[in-house]
Amino acid sequence: MKKLLLFIFYFFLFANPTSAFIEVDITRGNLDPLPIAISPFYVEPGSKDIKQGGKIIQNIGEEISKIIEVNFKRSGLFNPLNKDAFVQNPDIAHAKPRFEDWKLIKAQALVTGKVTVSEDKIRTEFRLWDVLAAKEMIALAFSTTPNNWRRVAHIISDKVYQRLTGEEGYFDTRIIYVSETGKKTQRYKKLAIMDQDGANVKYLTLGNELVLTPRFSPKNQLVTYLSYFRNLPRVYLLDIETGVQEVVGDFSGMTFAPRFSPDGKKIIMSFAQDGNSDIYTMDLTTRAVERITDHSAIDTSPSYSPDGKYICFNSDRSGLQQIYVMRSDGSNMKRITFGKGLYGTPVWSPRGDLIAFTKVYNNRFYIGVMRPDGSGERLLTENFYQEAPSWSPNGRVLIFYRETKSDSQGKGFSAKLWSIDLTGYNERMIETETDGSDPSWSSLLSK
Amino acid sequence: MTRSIFLSLVFHTAMIVLTALSLPLMMKTPIDLPPIISVELIEISDITNIPFAPKARKTLEKIKKEEERVVSEQAPPAKIKKEKPDRIPLPEDFNKEKKKLVKKKQNPEEIKEQVRQVSEFEKKELFNPNQIAALIDKSKKESADTLKKNQKLTQSNVKTSFVSGLTLSEEDALKAQIFGCWSLPLGLPYQENLLVRIKLRLQPDGTILKSEILDHARMNKPGQGFYRVLAESALRAVRICQPLRVPPAGYDRWKDLQLNFNANEMLKG
Repeated sequence: MKKLLLFIFYFFLFANPTSAFIEVDITRGNLDPLPIAISPFYVEPGSKDIKQGGKIIQNIGEEISKIIEVNFKRSGLFNPLNKDAFVQNPDIAHAKPRFEDWKLIKAQALVTGKVTVSEDKIRTEFRLWDVLAAKEMIALAFSTTPNNWRRVAHIISDKVYQRLTGEEGYFDTRIIYVSETGKKTQRYKKLAIMDQDGANVKYLTLGNELVLTPRFSPKNQLVTYLSYFRNLPRVYLLDIETGVQEVVGDFSGMTFAPRFSPDGKKIIMSFAQDGNSDIYTMDLTTRAVERITDHSAIDTSPSYSPDGKYICFNSDRSGLQQIYVMRSDGSNMKRITFGKGLYGTPVWSPRGDLIAFTKVYNNRFYIGVMRPDGSGERLLTENFYQEAPSWSPNGRVLIFYRETKSDSQGKGFSAKLWSIDLTGYNERMIETETDGSDPSWSSLLSK
Repeated sequence: MTRSIFLSLVFHTAMIVLTALSLPLMMKTPIDLPPIISVELIEISDITNIPFAPKARKTLEKIKKEEERVVSEQAPPAKIKKEKPDRIPLPEDFNKEKKKLVKKKQNPEEIKEQVRQVSEFEKKELFNPNQIAALIDKSKKESADTLKKNQKLTQSNVKTSFVSGLTLSEEDALKAQIFGCWSLPLGLPYQENLLVRIKLRLQPDGTILKSEILDHARMNKPGQGFYRVLAESALRAVRICQPLRVPPAGYDRWKDLQLNFNANEMLKG
C-alpha cells in the first residue's frame, strides 16, 4: 500500500514530460510563391517523336516541363526557377537528385520525370521531391495516346499543386467562351472552347447567330448558352462531343441567363414576358418546368449553391439591382447586398464559401467576392468595363472578361479574358486568338 | 412499536424542518461572481535594445567592472578534469559487463515499460516505476543541491536563475525569424483547426538536431490531407530558418523548443 502511494506521488511529480519545453506560437507567415524547380523530363532513348497537327514535337520532355512551369507561374503560388541554374542532368535527377545542388539554387520542391513514347502510347512518370527534407513526396505514372501529351502535363501540374497546397488543382480543365471578331458595331460571335492555358481552341458554332453566356455542365459534355431562335433569345443546350444542339423548353417569350444545377440534371434560367422576368428551372430528363420567383421586378442571373439547397440571383425589387439568396424552392428570400452601387451576376463558389459578383459604382466596374450572408465583401479588381466572373473548379481563381474604351467609331475597342485569384494580386490576361467574352470554367476533366 | 413510531416521527419532523429552512435559500438569487480574467505573464529581459545615454553608460560600466571584480574574487579556482589514460580493458571488466547484461535478462519481476508510441523527446523522461528508490535518492540529493545553491546565490543571480522560458525580446526575435521563413499553403480550409505543433531539439548554435511533428497521427486520417500539407510547410520553415536566432547563452534553457504554428489567424483575417 505504501509503495502504491509513493508510486502515485512520484508519478505526478515526475511524469510530466512536456513541462520542460518552451512553447513559441507562430501565428504569421508569408504568402510568397514557393520556389520550385521543374527539371526537363528525361526522354527514354528510342522514344518516337510526336506528330500533332502537321507539326513534329521534338523534345517532348522539355515541352511537358514547360507547360507545368507556365501553369505554376500563372497560379501565382509558385515561383518556377530558371532552368539555366540547374546543375543536375534530368536523367540522374529523376533517379536520385543531389539535394545539395537544388538547395543551392534555393529550390524547396523539385519535379523530375521520364517520358517514353512508342507508336501509339506515351508513358510519363514524375516524382515530386521535398528538397529540404531530402525525400520523395509523390510519384505517379500516366499512360495515354501521344496526342494527349498536353493533358498529361496539366494532370501532373494538378497533382503537384494538390500535394503542395492541400487543395485540388484546376489545370486539367477547359474554358468555353464567346469568340468575337469584327468591328464593335458589327461583331461576329462564335462559341469557342479551349484548354485553360489558351491552347487547343475549337469553334463550336459558325458565327451566323449571336451567342451569349455559355455555361458548362458539371458533367462536362453539355453546354447551355443563349442564342436566337425565330428572332427571340432562347436558351440552348449543346453536346460538345456530338455537336447536337436543341432549344430548352417551350417558352412563349425570351429565356436567358442559363446555368446548370450542381448535379447537372436541371437548368435554371430567367424567363421574360411582358417586361417582367422571373426565375424558372427545367428538369432535363422530365422536361418539367418550375417557377421559382414570382415578382413584378426583374429577377435574373440565378446560380445554385454547390449543395443545390440555395440559389443566389440579382433583382431590382428594392429599386436598385441587388443580390438575393433564397432556398432552391424560392422560399426564405433574403437580400444580402446593401452597399453603394449596383450588384449583379452572382456566382456561387464551387467550395460554397463565397459568392462572386460584378459591382457597378461611380461608372466603374468591379469584380468582387462576399460570403453567402453578404458579409466580408472584398473587391478584387476595378476597371472601365468588366463582368461575368466564373469560378475555377477549386474556387481559388475567377475568370471574367474586360472591354476597353473606344471612340465613337468603335476604334480601340477590344474584349479580352482575364483571370484573378482570391488574393486580388495575381491578375493575368489569357491569350486568345480572337477577342473573347463570357467565359465559363469547366470542372476537372479527370478526377 | 411505539418506539419505532416515535423515531419515525422524529425523523419526519427533522426532514420537514430542514426542508423549510433550505427552501428560502434556494429562492435566493445566486451571488454574482465577477468573471475571471486570465492574466498572461510576460517576461521582459533585463537589458533592452534601447541605447543608454552616455552618462548612464559610464556609470553602468563602472558598476559592471566593480561587479566583475567582486565575482572574480569569489570565484573558486576552475577544476581541470583529469583525463584517464587509454587502456586496454582487463578481462575482469568484460565479466562485469556480461554480468550486468545477464541481470537484465533474468529479472522476470521487472515491470515492462509502458507499451505506447512515444516521441524521441518523451522516451528519456518517462517515469520508470523500477527506479522509485533511485528517484527518491536523487530528489533528496537534488533538493539538497538546490538548497546549497540558493544559499550561495547573490541577489542579481536570483533574478536570472528562475527564468525558465525565453524572455519577450528573445521570443520576438525568434518569432520574427520564423514568420519570414513560413510560406503558408493557401488552400487550407480555414474553418478547420490549423494548429501544427513541432518539437525541436536544438544545438548550441541554433541548428536543428531533431524535429518532430506532434499529432503525427492526424496526418494520415481521412479528410485531413490539408494537415499534412500544413505540417510539411511548418517543417520546411524551420529547416529554411536554421540556425534559429536563439540567445547566445543559456543553452539548457532553450535546447528543447516547441513551436506552435497556427494558420487560423492569418487565413481568417
